[in-house]
Amino acid sequence: MKYIIKKLITLIITLLFITLITFTAFSVIPGDAAAARLGTNATPEQVEALREEMGLNDPLPQRYVNWLRGAIRGDFGDSYQYDTSTVASLLADRLPVTAILAVLSLVIIVVVSIPLGILSARYAGKWLDTLINQLSQITMAVPAFFLGILLTYIFGLILAWFQPGAFVDPSVSFWGCVSYLIFPAIAVALPKIAMVVKFLRNSILSEMPKDYVRTAFSKGNREGRVLYVHILRNALIPVITFIAMVIAEIMAGSIIVEQVFGIPGMGQLLITSISARDYPVVQAIVTYITAIVVIVNFVVDILYRLVDPRVKA
Amino acid sequence: MKRKNILLSLLVLLVSAALCACQGGKNTETDSSTATSSTDANTSSEGTPTTGGSVVFGMTQDLVSLDPHQITDAGTRSVVFNMYEGLVKPTTTGDLEPAVASDYTISDDATTYTFALRDGVTFHDGSTVTAEDVKYSIERYAEIQGESSAFSDLLDRVEIVDDSTVAVYLKEGNSEFLANLTLAIIPASNEDPAGNPIGTGPFKYVSYTPGQNLTLAKNENYWQDGVPYLDEVQFKFVADTDTAFTQLQAGTIDIMNYLTTAQVQTLSQLGDQFDIVEGNMNLVHAMFLNNDYEPLSDVRVRQALCYAIDRDAINSFLFDGKSHIIGSHMIPSLETWYEAGAESVYTYDVNKAKELLTEAGYGNGFDLVITVPSSYSQHVDTAQIIVEQLKAVGINATIEQVEWSTWLEDVYTNRNYQATVIGFDGTLAPSDWLQKYATDASNNIANYSNEEYDSILEQALAAVDTQEKADLYKQLQMNLAENAASVYIEDPADFVAMNAKFGGYSFYPTAAWDMSTVYVKGE
Repeated sequence: MKYIIKKLITLIITLLFITLITFTAFSVIPGDAAAARLGTNATPEQVEALREEMGLNDPLPQRYVNWLRGAIRGDFGDSYQYDTSTVASLLADRLPVTAILAVLSLVIIVVVSIPLGILSARYAGKWLDTLINQLSQITMAVPAFFLGILLTYIFGLILAWFQPGAFVDPSVSFWGCVSYLIFPAIAVALPKIAMVVKFLRNSILSEMPKDYVRTAFSKGNREGRVLYVHILRNALIPVITFIAMVIAEIMAGSIIVEQVFGIPGMGQLLITSISARDYPVVQAIVTYITAIVVIVNFVVDILYRLVDPRVKA
Repeated sequence: MKRKNILLSLLVLLVSAALCACQGGKNTETDSSTATSSTDANTSSEGTPTTGGSVVFGMTQDLVSLDPHQITDAGTRSVVFNMYEGLVKPTTTGDLEPAVASDYTISDDATTYTFALRDGVTFHDGSTVTAEDVKYSIERYAEIQGESSAFSDLLDRVEIVDDSTVAVYLKEGNSEFLANLTLAIIPASNEDPAGNPIGTGPFKYVSYTPGQNLTLAKNENYWQDGVPYLDEVQFKFVADTDTAFTQLQAGTIDIMNYLTTAQVQTLSQLGDQFDIVEGNMNLVHAMFLNNDYEPLSDVRVRQALCYAIDRDAINSFLFDGKSHIIGSHMIPSLETWYEAGAESVYTYDVNKAKELLTEAGYGNGFDLVITVPSSYSQHVDTAQIIVEQLKAVGINATIEQVEWSTWLEDVYTNRNYQATVIGFDGTLAPSDWLQKYATDASNNIANYSNEEYDSILEQALAAVDTQEKADLYKQLQMNLAENAASVYIEDPADFVAMNAKFGGYSFYPTAAWDMSTVYVKGE
């Protein structure tokens, strides 16, 4: 309980700190939300009226305090770039999409990479290990946007297994949305799979020469049992940390993959909001990402204790 | 092991480089005979029109607002053209025809515009358009534009003469004012024009999802018989042009505009699946010069730049030679006002440019920074060609790419720049294009200041007779060209791809993507 409270306080301090930094950074860079929305044809009076409406004429500290006051009550304000949308409604549209994509990618990553990592370690130095290794190298080296374009081109245009751009909102059809997101999820997952495989393989190999492994063998255990029961438990600890980082990353929205596949997720919203100087939306997304990272780390700490009883708070 | 990694990365690099090279090869191969699969000058028309069906129009920007009086950008105006109408509306030839009004008269001194409202025009919510709605709309528009705007400056008052007649009074005579009355007529009773848009146009609002799409449905009670054909129109917002192009090929998008010549080439290789329709973007695409910046403040230096830049090369490289070369700040489609003579004030002539530079004391050239908004590849590409061309006269130009918001603040608002490549749009009123060069104009991006220009502009604004007015506006264009206010390049070609299932797309010389004439082709 004390541990949870401590973590909560850390979360709040981190959030305050990060939102303040984002806020300051936004007021330093050139560009103005009102001008960005109205473009070159607006009269100066129109821009001024919109600035007033957005509250951009208030002094800086007051704007931050205003934002903070709203945020504490769960009111993130109105979007600057979209005329009639609140920040909350924008996020409510985008979050489920990103969450589905993240879960799908995560399932693919875990299901594929853990068996491959074990196989690779078990047959270290043999042809299977070499093959897995080479494949990992290639998928890691290919940039995400290129992988996305490649998948769209092969499976979308040539084989027509999915129709690029025909995204279905989860509120319209949940399974329609899931099936559209499968290929994007693969695009997100492939480079991560490669990393997890390498990580797990090396982690297992570094456990192999340890004393407890020798003891386990000398007790008469077969290789399989030693590997799955004794070694894996220890080898998974660093892998869990790594997967946690991956989760935090994909929950923040896969900017490039969303762009290539035309998915209205958090990453895309973040990009458009930054270029439109849509400060309330950016601030809300930053808050969200920070919270995700802190929470995921917190969950990992708890998982450690489950996997490895030696870890104490 | 390490070496293997390096080898593999190298391999991947090589493969991607090779792929890129293929793409590049396609670009340069483009020749005019294969670039278009089926076109005529302005409209695509094949097959018999049928009613019903739906179309998806792909665009790479989102909408600024659905409140027609708040909208400032050309993209959004082009979209809401389908939902709203004014007392008059533009035609494909750039004229104005009565819309919500059935007829109008302009007093001889052009101070009073009297409109007879068309019988039985209804809003999308079913209510009839009244004289009060018209008065309300014009006054609301004036208020939003602000007191110092050109519109509010001219408008004196709006009077309801009787139930079906409205008179608009101006403070002084202005025969161009009619173009302003394309402003949307909306119901006075609607309290939320942005969230619940109601107009009189051929299509009515169904839904808008930020970052995704705007869906419109046929207005069954549209006053004009025969149109629209389609039951539903969706404007789909896609993050970038490559993604949109993929979706076009996959059939998710039916119509897409602003194609690059490489994309046109790709489509023409697919056979007759797509039609390419050619028009113009209605932009003055130019390298604007800060006339206050030394050495650009010297007219000879600006003229030298005009001689040193080969507009035809830019046109053929980026637009397959289909753009219309211009020499001043006006688009050719506004035929009444356009001065074609400005096109040939400068011809590509490196020696002449060098002479002028030497005369101005810059025989050894100078450094020039061209600031370009990075999100517009058309401007970035143009700037790159210009940098190469300027090397021949010894000018060392460099490109500074900035974000759009930064460009708006630094270059457009604060005019803190040397040169910039950008395109400006405008309305059907010639003053809208040329007023920005008045010494005291708030949007005088070039910092142009010329007494003769200011005085001719005043006369042009005051002139009532069209012929006299046109002469004065043409003089203004020549003034800009001869004093090389900026380096005017072209009105860029607009390649629109349409899935061959559809027909009936037309271009307008103003911001309008008219879906009312688009139809599904019959057998």
